[in-house]
Amino acid sequence: MTGGAISRWAMTALLLSAAGAAYTSYRLERMRSGATLDDVLLVQSPKMVKAASLGYTGLAADIYWTRTVQYFGGKHREKAMRYELLRPMLALTTDLDPQLTVAYEFGSFFLAQKPPEGAGDPQAAVDLVKKGIAANPRNWRLYYHLGFVEYEERKDVIAAADAFEAGSRVPGALPWMKVMAAAMRQKGGEIDTARYMWTNIYESSDDPLIKQNAVYRLIALRIDEDVLNLEKMAAEYQKRNGSYPANWQQVIGMGWLKGMPVDPSKTPYRLMADGRVEVQEYQRFPFITRGLPAGKQSIERITEESFKPQQ
Amino acid sequence: MRARLALIAANTFREAVRDRVLYNLVFFALLMVAAAPLFGVISIGVEKIFMVNLGLAAIVLFGVVIAIFVGTGLVSKEIEKRTLYTVLARPVARWEFILGKYLGLAATLAVNTSCMAAGFFVAVAYVSVGLHAADVNLLVALYLIGLQLLVMTALAILFSSFSTPIFSAAFSFAMFVIGNFVEDMRGFAAMSGGPEGWLVRGLSYLVPNLGAMNVAAQVAHGQPVPGALILADTANALFYAVAALAAAVLIFERRDLK
Repeated sequence: MTGGAISRWAMTALLLSAAGAAYTSYRLERMRSGATLDDVLLVQSPKMVKAASLGYTGLAADIYWTRTVQYFGGKHREKAMRYELLRPMLALTTDLDPQLTVAYEFGSFFLAQKPPEGAGDPQAAVDLVKKGIAANPRNWRLYYHLGFVEYEERKDVIAAADAFEAGSRVPGALPWMKVMAAAMRQKGGEIDTARYMWTNIYESSDDPLIKQNAVYRLIALRIDEDVLNLEKMAAEYQKRNGSYPANWQQVIGMGWLKGMPVDPSKTPYRLMADGRVEVQEYQRFPFITRGLPAGKQSIERITEESFKPQQ
Repeated sequence: MRARLALIAANTFREAVRDRVLYNLVFFALLMVAAAPLFGVISIGVEKIFMVNLGLAAIVLFGVVIAIFVGTGLVSKEIEKRTLYTVLARPVARWEFILGKYLGLAATLAVNTSCMAAGFFVAVAYVSVGLHAADVNLLVALYLIGLQLLVMTALAILFSSFSTPIFSAAFSFAMFVIGNFVEDMRGFAAMSGGPEGWLVRGLSYLVPNLGAMNVAAQVAHGQPVPGALILADTANALFYAVAALAAAVLIFERRDLK
């Protein structure tokens, strides 16, 4: 056999074998789908990981943090109701690099929100941020996150006020931390306070998922406020006229509204005979707490049917 | 004496830079550094931190691999090729040969590390849109990496002065691993107490404290490295490298090369 013939044979064998290897690899991937995504955290000891990383604990923490984000993202996409590994993953990440503040900030967010938006474990979120504050006492943003979780997820206004106040005393803290602390101390200012917090989160985050969530929360707050105000108008109308208004025209006629009240999707609010106000397409607005038809629960996640706002 | 040392060092440098393996290693280190921004994309908020941690780890890892694999072959190759006899037949002392080899390899590593560091800074500047004042800490981390490489090169030459290249590489790598656990060794010694504790504590002073020269996690968060630590690390690395080289000279002086 000549040298040229050997080369041709070798080239043919190379191409065929490479194609065969790629195809069999593809088949193996199909046969073992999800094999690489098993919910397993084999090493949970920071000492072990520290040893394996030859002292490069910062790099190991970054890798575990990336894995945590991927785990959360995957579970979030499949609308999971349980996030079993989230807490140990965050503990490991922050043990390896206690200065990785991003893990406390976003990790508490992942932990606190109700499933399927998050793990639904606000106490774990509070513990995580407190661990972060202990390791980074001069980082005022961590106090902000603590206050946020206390207020938004644990509904503990006093604890939230304490967190904002403690954070406002850290050198370099932005002035609105004091405003937040003061607002928390006031009763009845909850919608304004929540709007302030979500707007701040929207403006300070670069993550599209978090920004999207903030937008939906802000829309829900607007609807809650609309419904509250419209119901107050209906009650006032009843007080003056002895019966609730039969339609919005009667309220407009009182000069209290400039036109038909509509939700962010431009659908008019429904005025009920008993003075209640309902959001007609409530399925499109996650997180709203007012204007829900009788017996209907607040939708705690963004769905495909959700109203798509222009951001 | 200086001229002879410079000549041996220059030859060692020339020989090392002709080695294609070296370029491959530098290429892979740069590839790793260049890939770091991609890791940032699949994570949240750690683009630069990841870049710094991965970049510095890559520089150390590939630097140590070069130091070990080139360093352990320096003496044995000369014996194998019988070029050592030609060198020693001239008015060159054995200690000059060892020291010249060390300086040549140190220069090679300095050039390689500078190349990798340049690539690293380009990647950092890309990720963080320009360099900032806090990035001066990265230079400190790179300096301490340089110290680690000086120590590892001296150890590789020490082991190669009495052992085969494979064993020398294994011993050197073991020293690199143990050197990163000096603080853990002392922690273990404190916990166990008694004669074992004293033994482990004593051993911890015989291995280089490479862990103390690793400030990657610190500088990744833009934190400054205390000047006292830099000074102590410098002194420790220089003492250790000189001690290892002196031991290598002692062994090589007594070695029967016939």
